[in-house]
Formats: sequence, C-alpha cells, structure tokens
Amino acid sequence: MKVGVVVFPGSNCDRDALHGARLAGAQAELLWHEDTDLHGADAVILPGGFAYGDYLRAGAIARFSPIMGAVREHAARGGLLLGICNGFQVLTEAGLLPGALRRNTTLRFEHRWVRLAVERRDMPFTRGIPEGVTLRLPIAHGEGSYYLPDDDLDALEAAGQVAFRYAAPEGNPNGSARDIAGVTDATGRICGLMPHPERAAEAILGSDDGLLLLRSMVESAARVEALA
Amino acid sequence: MITIDPETVPDAVEAAPAAISSEDLHRRLGLTDDELAAITDRLERAPNDLELAMFSVMWSEHCSYKSSRALLRTLPTAGEDVLAGPGENAGVVRIGDGLAVAFKLESHNHPSAVEPFQGAATGVGGILRDVVAMGARPIALLDPLKFGWPDDEPTRRLVRGVVGGIGSYGNCVGVPTVGGELLFDPTYTDNPLVNVMCVGLVAENGLAHAIATTPGNLAVLFGSPTGRDGIGGASVLASANFGQGSAEMRPSVQIGDPFAGKLLIEASLELVERGLVEGLQDLGAAGLTCAVSEMADRGGTGMRIELEAVPRREPDMAPFEVMISESQERMLAVVSPENVSAVQEVCRRWGLPSAVVGRVTDDTDVTVVDNGVEIARVPAKALASQSIEVERIASPPQRRRAAPAPGEVAMAHDGLPERGMDPGAVLESLIGHANLGSRAWVTTQYDQTVGTDTIEGCDHGAAVLRIKGTRMALVMATDSQPSVAMHDPALAAALAVAECTRNVAVTGARPLAITNCLNFGDPGNSEAFWQLSESVRGMSDACRALGVPITGGNVSLYNESPLGRIAPTAQIGVLGLLDDLELLMRPQFRNEGDLVVLLGEAGPGMAGSAYERLAGAAPEDRPPSIDLGREASLQKLLQRAAGDKLLNSAQDVSGGGLAVAIAECAIWGGLGADLTLAVAMSPAVALFGESPTRAVVSIAPERWNELARLAASMRIACRRLGTVGGDRVHIRLVGVGATGAAEARGAGVADEVDVPLSELHKAWTMALPRALGVEGIA
Amino acid sequence: MNSYRFSVAIMPREGILDPQGKAVEAALPQLGASSVHAVRVGRRIELTVDAGSPTEAREVVEKLAADFLSNPLIERWAIEEPEAVPA
Repeated sequence: MKVGVVVFPGSNCDRDALHGARLAGAQAELLWHEDTDLHGADAVILPGGFAYGDYLRAGAIARFSPIMGAVREHAARGGLLLGICNGFQVLTEAGLLPGALRRNTTLRFEHRWVRLAVERRDMPFTRGIPEGVTLRLPIAHGEGSYYLPDDDLDALEAAGQVAFRYAAPEGNPNGSARDIAGVTDATGRICGLMPHPERAAEAILGSDDGLLLLRSMVESAARVEALA
Repeated sequence: MITIDPETVPDAVEAAPAAISSEDLHRRLGLTDDELAAITDRLERAPNDLELAMFSVMWSEHCSYKSSRALLRTLPTAGEDVLAGPGENAGVVRIGDGLAVAFKLESHNHPSAVEPFQGAATGVGGILRDVVAMGARPIALLDPLKFGWPDDEPTRRLVRGVVGGIGSYGNCVGVPTVGGELLFDPTYTDNPLVNVMCVGLVAENGLAHAIATTPGNLAVLFGSPTGRDGIGGASVLASANFGQGSAEMRPSVQIGDPFAGKLLIEASLELVERGLVEGLQDLGAAGLTCAVSEMADRGGTGMRIELEAVPRREPDMAPFEVMISESQERMLAVVSPENVSAVQEVCRRWGLPSAVVGRVTDDTDVTVVDNGVEIARVPAKALASQSIEVERIASPPQRRRAAPAPGEVAMAHDGLPERGMDPGAVLESLIGHANLGSRAWVTTQYDQTVGTDTIEGCDHGAAVLRIKGTRMALVMATDSQPSVAMHDPALAAALAVAECTRNVAVTGARPLAITNCLNFGDPGNSEAFWQLSESVRGMSDACRALGVPITGGNVSLYNESPLGRIAPTAQIGVLGLLDDLELLMRPQFRNEGDLVVLLGEAGPGMAGSAYERLAGAAPEDRPPSIDLGREASLQKLLQRAAGDKLLNSAQDVSGGGLAVAIAECAIWGGLGADLTLAVAMSPAVALFGESPTRAVVSIAPERWNELARLAASMRIACRRLGTVGGDRVHIRLVGVGATGAAEARGAGVADEVDVPLSELHKAWTMALPRALGVEGIA
Repeated sequence: MNSYRFSVAIMPREGILDPQGKAVEAALPQLGASSVHAVRVGRRIELTVDAGSPTEAREVVEKLAADFLSNPLIERWAIEEPEAVPA
C-alpha cells in the first residue's frame, strides 16, 4: 500500500504528510507537481501549505499543475484522495469537492487546537474511528471558512457528504457554514478537511487522534488493493 | 577608558577627492569626513561614486559593527561543541548523533517602525536565509517583540502589523513560530524592537560556509530578480534616527515574498545537500556588495562581478543600485564551472531565476564590470573584515540605582502593607497585566505545529522541539530585562542570560550556546554607549560563569525616537539540548497532593519589577542582585532532579515573582495550591520580587527527602510551601516580615493570597485583548 | 495584432458575508465618515491581451475571469472597457 504526497511549489506540510502516512503504516513517497503520473500510489494526499503562494486565491493556481491530471484520473477510478488544509482548498478549486474556503471571519490566521465531531463512520477515511470519539487536531489557516449556498448545504447534508464538524468545547474557529470542517464527494472516496490530522499522529505532539483518520485511509486503500 | 570621539575631531580632509561627483556625497550617504579619509587611505586613492556607495552600506553600523566590534571581541565564544561562531551567518553547535544546530538572533527594528508588516516579514525572511546559508533546514522561529504602551492607535497598528508580518512569512514558508516575547514599555513608543531568532538543523558533515575559496569558480545569483528595494536601506534605515519623516522613507522598505522565500530555501538546501556549491551566502543588508565582499574576504580571494548579468526587475537601474539593492529572496552561490548547469537546473525546478554574475579571482579585490568596463575596484577586506572601527566614549549617567555590591546591606523596601493593598488583588492585576498575561492573541496567529516536531510551542515557558529519529529535543528561550537595564545595564544583561538559561534548565535540558541582539541608542551619545558596553560586560560575565559560549548575534543601534532613547535591551536567545525527551519537565502542576517546593531564596530589590510598575517603589530601592555561582548550581540541580525523575513539574520564578510563577503553574495545570510562605523581609519581596535563581517545583510527597538532600548537597535552599490541589491559589504569609508588621501598622489587610483559579485564569486570558482593545479570544 | 489593456474587478457576491468590507465599515465612524456604508472589498486584476480585435480580446478575458480569476461560487466579476495599448 503506497501513499503519494503531492509537492506543489509552496507546499509546506508535504514532509509532515509523508511522516504521518508512514506512521499510519503505509509506504509513502513525494510526487513532484511537474510529474504526470502517480508512481503507483494507491492513495494520494494533497498536503497543506501555500501552493503558488496562495496568490489569487488559495488553491486557484495549483489546480492547473501537470500532476493534477493524474490526480483527477486517480479520483475518477475511485482512488482515495485526501486534501488537508491547502490541499482541501485545491480540491474545491479543482471542482473535485463542493464548496469554497473563504477568509476566516476573524480576518486572522488562526492556529489553535480544535475538536472534530465525526459525522459518518462508514467511509474510507473514517471507518477506523471508534464510535463516540471526537478528534483533537490543530488548525493553521487564514482561509478556512467553509462556504456553500444554503440550498446546496441542505443537499450536502442530505447526501451525507459532511464528514467532520467543529465541536465543543472550542467550537467553530473560522465562521464555517454549519460548523463544517471537512467534506467528501458523493462517493466518500475524496475527502478534504481544514484541520491537520498529520500533526496529531503522535501522543508526544499533544494528540494522536489524527492517526485514526490516516490509518482508516491506509487500511481502506490496502483493502482495495487486496481486492484488485 | 579614555577614548576620542571622532565626531568631535576636526575635519581631516582638506578637499574632496576629484573622482567624487560632489563634495558632500559621502555625507549624504551617511559617511563622515573621517570615514572618507579612511576609505581613501585603504584605496590609496579617492573612491568614485559607486565605490563610495559600496563603502557607505558596508561601513554602516548595521554591516560593519564599527562601534561595537571592540566590545564584541571580549565575549566568550569558544566551546568544544561550537562548529561556527560569530562572523558566520549563524552560530553552529554540535548536538550529537552527527547533527548540529545553526541559530541566530537578528533585529529588524527600523524597517518595522516604518512599515510594520513588511519590516517584520522581511526580518523573518532574512534570518531564515542566514540559517539556510549554513546548510541548515530552519525548524523554529522565536520572536521577541517590544512596543510602546498599547493604549494608542499608532502603537496598536504597529503590534497588528508586526505580528501579521511575522505570521505571514513564517506561516507561509512552513517554519513554526514557537516562542519569543511581547513586552510593552513606553520607551519603545515609535521605535518598536522586532528581533527574530531562527533555529535550523544540519548534518555535521553537511555544513555550508559563506566563502569563495577557489579562483576560477563562478558566482551564481539565484532567487528573485533585483529591483530598487531598500536602496540605502542599510545606511539610511538601519543607521539613522527617524521620526516624523518616516512616511517619506517608505520607498526604501523591502517587500517580502514568502512564496519565493520558500522556494529559495528548498533550492538552497538541495544545492548544499548535493554538494554542488563551494560557498553560499544570502543577500541581506547591503545586498550584492555585502555577499561578494564577505565571501571573497573569508576565502582570501577576489570577486569580479559582471553587472549586466544580474537579472533585474526594473529597467534603467544605476550600477550602484544593482550593487546595493536589498531586494529580498536572493542567494549567491560560488560554484565550480562543471557544476553550474546542475545548479541552474535545480533553480529552474524550483521556479527561480538564476544567472552567472561573476567569478572568483586570485587577487583580493572586489571588481565591478559593466559592459566590459571596470567601474569599481575595492579590496574585499576593506569592505568587510577591515572596515572602519569607531572608538566611542562611555560615561555612566549621574544618577543611577545599581544592584548592591557583594556584601553590601540592601534595603528591603516594600510599599505593600502600608498602601493597604490586598496581595490577592495585586496578583490578579499582575497576571492580568499586558506584560505577564496570556500571549494567545498573538501566538494563535503563528503556525506553531507545522513540521510535526513541536512539543511545547509559545504557550508555557521554553519552546521544545523533538528531533525525529533521535531521543533528543531542542529547548529554546529568549529573554531580556529592559526595566532593570534602566538602572543597571550590566546586571540586566546578566539577569537575562541567567533567566534564559534557567528557562532551559527547568525543562531538564542543558544550555548549549547563546545568541544575542543588542538593541541600543545612538552610540555617539556617551551614556547610550555606556549602556551598550555595560550590557556586553554583564552578558559576558554571565556566560563565563554559566559556561555557555556566545556563538553569534547582532547589534542594532540608533534606537531612538523623538520621545527619547529606548530602554537598553540586550536580547538573549538560548539553545538547549535535552538528551532524552522522556525526561522533559513541564511547568504546570500535575497531580493533586503533590508537594510544592521552592528552590532558592528571595533577595531584596524591587526596582525594575512588574510590581514596581504597578505599585511604585521607594525611589532609593534597587534592582535585585545575582550570584552567578549560585545560579549555575541551581541550574545543575534542576537538570539533576529532572534526570533523576524526582520532579513532576518545574517552573522558574521571573516576571511578577513567586506568586505569578505559582499562579501560572496552577492556571496551566488546572489545579490550585494551598501554600504557606515564610516572609523574611516583606510580603512584596516574597510574593512579587523578581530576584533571580529560584524555581517552583512540584514533587510526589515521598520524594521530598531525596530532593532536600540533593539541594543541600548543591547548597541551594529548598523549602516546602504546601500542596497542589483545589480550585484556589491560597498563599498564607507567616514570619516576622508578614502579619505582625502589617497589623502593627494598622493596615487591616489580610496577609494572604486567596483567589479562585477561575478568576486568575480569566485575568490571565484577557490581559492582552484588554490592553490592545480587541475582542477576547478563548 | 494589437495589444488591449483590461482590468477585471472581482467582488464578493451579493448576500455573501464580506468580513473585510465589514471591518472597513466598522472603522469608518472613528474617521468621522459615518455617512459611508455598504462597503465591500474585492480586488482588481490588470492584464494585457494581444488580439486581432477588441471583441476577440474581450472573449479571452471573459473566459479567464470566469474560469480562473474568480471563483463563481463566492465571487462575481466585471470587465472594464479595453483600451488599445500604443505599440
């Protein structure tokens, strides 16, 4: 089971995602943005950072990177695709996930620990998260306020595509609509979230809750590989 | 010390040399007539305009350390683990397992005063590149900041701008900001101090140096194209007084591009890792002139620059503009001819323009050639290591309150009982003070966890980062004591070194080395220069006594505004090593029923304390003194006790004194304490005095004998104060200095602190939002 | 082939919370400008297009504005009339 972590110019959580994927039991490799294939990756992570400086809009330029063609094909084949923070922004800009991420309503960059309620546990990215467990993860972003028009939000919720919501006691840190911290596509195989599971994958760092998510991804991808 | 102030010496130059286009050009460039004479002497002829411009930036205080070099030579810089010391882009110390750490503290005060966001951002960018130039990957930033009292909008604007700028750069390049300071003092009004420390990790055998050794090798400039940013920045911005005219100076402020900065870091590290460069240097103050002359000077070579080869962002740039531009995000590599294409390919992959702009020569001159015509030739050493030194006069102020000399009986003045103050209310005021309360409003704007190594970020005491693949952790802290320095700069510098290293020692770690940033006023003023020289003396004494070498630093002078000179500020940064992360000791109380123990004894002297600010003090009172030998023993004791797993928490006593230290242990641990404090001198000294060489630890009750024995063996006082637990901080005062005195005076005030933890927590949390007039954040 | 200069104004869509606009508006009373309201903050992008005709140039810019320069979910865009750049 191999995880590919895409490096865009300006990615800065690429090594962190690589480290996290390895802790979750995967082989992991960095994928250069100019590459046009995924080097056999079974799951792909678009990591955090400021791809192309986040100039224009966060994620707006990265979606045109050569590697994104291969990422789209991977997703179309049902491959697992996880966007963390800036990676989530890239996925919404690329139209692979619904919604947009706007400036935090605080108008500040926010680094803080938040708690995530897990909305569904029957998806590839959440199946290993035990019932009743909320995830304690850090956020670190200036543009993480999830937006979608109200009608579309109703539809998103009805379709079960809300994966994570900000929860008490810390609550919603950035003004996201309906406290949404992470969503999936209709199949549940593409997931994006603003908090950083890879930064909370070891108890010594303050939490290892993120490992539950990363392990779910790795085990789900391994299962697909075993079936193939 | 008898010196002659060159400013007062009559003009030595009869007439301006003919090659200069105008007679007073050197003065307009910030050079004195004596300096022009010295330049002429070194060149053995008069300089032309371009040469004069190059000298003006290289001989600025910022680049040449001309007023401070003699002082800095007195600092202890040697140590068996020191791999690079002062004079390199950053100090480097060996930590074991084949690894080394590069670190340095720098200032960006004046650019930040003019344009706070960009000034602070480019300050971060600059220090990152200093560490990268050593071949090290930056892993942490710490930002000690000082501002005027934040009750006016201009100061608040400075705070918002500086914090935003630091965040924008550090967050974008993905280097966590894990510590620093935020201090408000009226002397910093309009002249904020923005000091930035960067720490980087490098394999011992992968160190890079800023050197050009081999004639025939080529100089490759890579990164952002060169524009007119910061023209005159080094000489005008960094070395001149400013005030109302700041707005007009804006064009010479550099603009940072953190995205380009990130690409530059990755490309530079790849070049070093692949062994493609002989030398590497960042372009900071004085731009290309500085990089070229320093690299050549270190290597005993020369450098010939082909000016037209320098990639530019703007048309029609004059040669001097290209040579001294401070455009950000640029590096210069010295590369053997066979490696040039590989170097340029790495740059291309990272999306960075690069160009061969010159070659290393076997003479020792920096020569500038424009379209085949040689337009400047200057010995590299004249610009760099043999730039001018200026002797300055130091004279102490007439009135001052220095610490008592050893053996001298000190007064224990104390306004507390007489003023009828409730010590609990004082504690709440102190913990809710802008200088002592929670820094979360600022630090939540910094990415503290990127890199997945942060064990402790900005929240409590020293920053702690683990090193992946080892058992080791780095422990880092910064400190300064400007309000003590107003009375006694040497003492303040020693106290800052002591507190900084103690911050490291309480975690169980060993201080390895120190960096510093000396922020002072106009060295031409004899009192300001006295403050500087005293601070260097105090810092030097403390480092010798504690056995910690100084591996680098920075000097920032002319920190003055129309309101006056800043408080003398010797900013200290320390790097410590914890061999085994398992032994990490944290400050917060951990278990109900643990014993609270005070190590060390309170000494008199309230001058310079937070309490003095709040309550005032007798005018003849003095700052507390320090016994450096005892400080060294306490730090050893803390390391031993942590190593023997005797402690459950450890916190040093500093700003706000013992009561604030205890309150922090309680707030951070969510556990109160029930304590009894024997007061020898006065309640204020015991509770809120800031005398050094003390720590509050908590231990399991059954470990008391062991700790007491260990402390006795190291001659450190060790007293049980009470136990951890409950939801209040309760400190009863007993002894001759306590109840009796207050009641005898009819003060009618309870001699105890008894405050609910929730109230302390609230006061601590709201301190900064209240001071800055912003909404509180949880 | 001529060069045409355009500017594209990108604004937050009506009805969407504009925290920057709100922040600017909140600061106005302090400046004594309390008669000013409905502040919205967007951005302006200037670009030059080489094309055979103004219409052709405009088509290029329209496509860019819709597909790349703006995010249609949260932003709307408007193009200012082009002017030919002297060769």
